[in-house]
Amino acid sequence: MSAVSAKTEQIESAIQEREVIQIRGMHKWFGDFHVLKNIHLSVKNQERIVICGPSGSGKSTLIRCINRLEEHQKGEIIVDNIELTNDLKKIDLIRQEVGMVFQSFNLFPHLTVLENCTLGPIWVRQTPKKEAEEAAMLYLERVKIPEQAFKYPGQLSGGQQQRVAIARSLCMNPKIMLFDEPTSALDPEMIKEVLDVMVELANTGMTMLVVTHEMGFAKTVADRVIFMDEGEIIEQNNPHDFFDNAQHERTKLFLSQILAH
Amino acid sequence: MNSVQKETTTYPIGLHPDLPPPVSERGLLKWLRKSLFNTWYNSIATILGLYFLWLVIPPTYDWLLGSATWEASSNKDCRAGAGGACWGFIKARFLLFMYGFYDANSLWRPNLAGALLICFATPVLIPKVPGTRFFAISLIFFYPWLALSLLVGPIEFSFLKTSSDLAIWAILILGFIAIGFWGIKINDLVKRGFGFGLAYFASALIFLNWGLGLDSVETTKFGGLLLTLVLALTSIAASLPLSILLALGRRAESLPVVMYACITFIELFRAVPLITVLFMAQFMIPLFLPQGYSFDDVGMALIGMILFFSAYLAEVVRGGLQAISKGQFEAAASIGLNYYKSTRLIILPQALKIVIPGIVNTFIAITKDTSLVMIIGLFDILNITKSSITDAKWLGLEWEGYAFVGLLFWILCFSMSRYSQWLEKRLDTDRRI
Repeated sequence: MSAVSAKTEQIESAIQEREVIQIRGMHKWFGDFHVLKNIHLSVKNQERIVICGPSGSGKSTLIRCINRLEEHQKGEIIVDNIELTNDLKKIDLIRQEVGMVFQSFNLFPHLTVLENCTLGPIWVRQTPKKEAEEAAMLYLERVKIPEQAFKYPGQLSGGQQQRVAIARSLCMNPKIMLFDEPTSALDPEMIKEVLDVMVELANTGMTMLVVTHEMGFAKTVADRVIFMDEGEIIEQNNPHDFFDNAQHERTKLFLSQILAH
Repeated sequence: MNSVQKETTTYPIGLHPDLPPPVSERGLLKWLRKSLFNTWYNSIATILGLYFLWLVIPPTYDWLLGSATWEASSNKDCRAGAGGACWGFIKARFLLFMYGFYDANSLWRPNLAGALLICFATPVLIPKVPGTRFFAISLIFFYPWLALSLLVGPIEFSFLKTSSDLAIWAILILGFIAIGFWGIKINDLVKRGFGFGLAYFASALIFLNWGLGLDSVETTKFGGLLLTLVLALTSIAASLPLSILLALGRRAESLPVVMYACITFIELFRAVPLITVLFMAQFMIPLFLPQGYSFDDVGMALIGMILFFSAYLAEVVRGGLQAISKGQFEAAASIGLNYYKSTRLIILPQALKIVIPGIVNTFIAITKDTSLVMIIGLFDILNITKSSITDAKWLGLEWEGYAFVGLLFWILCFSMSRYSQWLEKRLDTDRRI
């Protein structure tokens, strides 16, 4: 009995130790502007990472490089054992496994909520329509808006739209979820409903990289908090030490500014 | 508490919250007061306007219908009439106006082609009618060849004369189909499309060569409304897909050859007058064709118009593509849709919806510009009217002739405009509450 549980524990820890994202010596330039400088980052399976930093520090660009919405110029990015190169087929493969939630939701306004959710499974994963719709309804229930399935995005509030966007990504059954400031475009009372959904998602063991200024979320959910400034990773630590015992002056300054109010 | 209060409260006369607005604030009376007589100068304008209408409408009605002559065999009968319009002229020349010089005992052919078009297009244009998908596919892939065969009969090809030619082509088609199935088996989209595409076009050529076994009709016999509709509908149907490809090509920055080819094409054809394009199509395209091949004038005019208007439409479509935010491309990419799928499912549906007014505007322009073919000697509805009124038998009937042509064009274009407004409303999901 104990041998079996020890074995499963071993397997589980092996799964969790597996590195799903490896970034080594990565640089990116926008024209002459050096946005990301020598980034090293590896993310373990089921790890939850919060990335923060002042605006323009390159945090959004970093996670956008992971699903190749931005191209890096130097170094390597390996996602789920596939290296990101100019090979379009590999890029499409990686994008199928990496979901993304945007600051401005980016729902497809000409499709209903349900169609937004089933489009990927039907056209990318070749799931039969009925099956895709049933799965989409389950995810819409998880983000607590199944009753909006047949409405258009334009009829929903910002918080509802962002939850649909999360459901749309989840419908592809991704291994990794990227969140690019998911609550920055929302009214205060809507931020909570989106964060609640994200916390629940974290509890299911999803690997998550979240760019956000919601430090409460970082404290409760994150395994690791990364602070970026001027295109570099300045400091990374578990949330407890990160918030209470920051090492760098720049981190301290940032935290004092962001936690002041 | 509240409801009790409500019942016991008394209101001054005329101010109860549940009363309808006073008579002067609702219905026709309000509209009259607010729109026509709200100031003294607007009242004067209204009265002047009414006087103007009184001056114009009765005589117009009298000319159009009241004292019109409905039966006439020449302009003598018209002059003998009550002085109104002489619609007998249109009646006597009606077949000529409609079909040009098309063989009188074959008129069922264009009629059938038109009837089939209506049958096929109705479910496509109005999604409430069932069978949209089936009819859309038929309309795109089968109707063009069917209509062409109905209208002109068999078309001779130098490579399809003897039965041995036919046998070779049949084998070729089977070969293409085999490639197609092979493509399905190894899941190769290119081989699949290539195989079935070539098989389809080869079959279409054989079908055109057979031409439903009808008599051949020269396109020089096409005329009147028939020619106008053939030119307009074919140009519209062919230039829209071509323009979408051109617009996408022009934005394909990662494929510079394609991009510059599209830019050159668009800028070249858009900067030349249509009349020049028509002249050039008539005289220059034959120079590029190998000896023994020839297109007729209608074919040449069509090619010229399709190229010209696809360049025009491409810029309209590009306007729509520009309006789609970068976020839509990114969201589509983030769920794993590749370029073709995201263009087809996300970008084009939104971009085309935005530019429906611009597209229909160009469609209307295409319809009206078909009459420019008179310059290369074709007899569209306008040219045929023009020559009819110079006929000695019907001299002096310009008003009737041009009024008739004008009305026909107006009906065509106005119905397109109405359809597009209906379509815009139906597709407006962004702001649907």
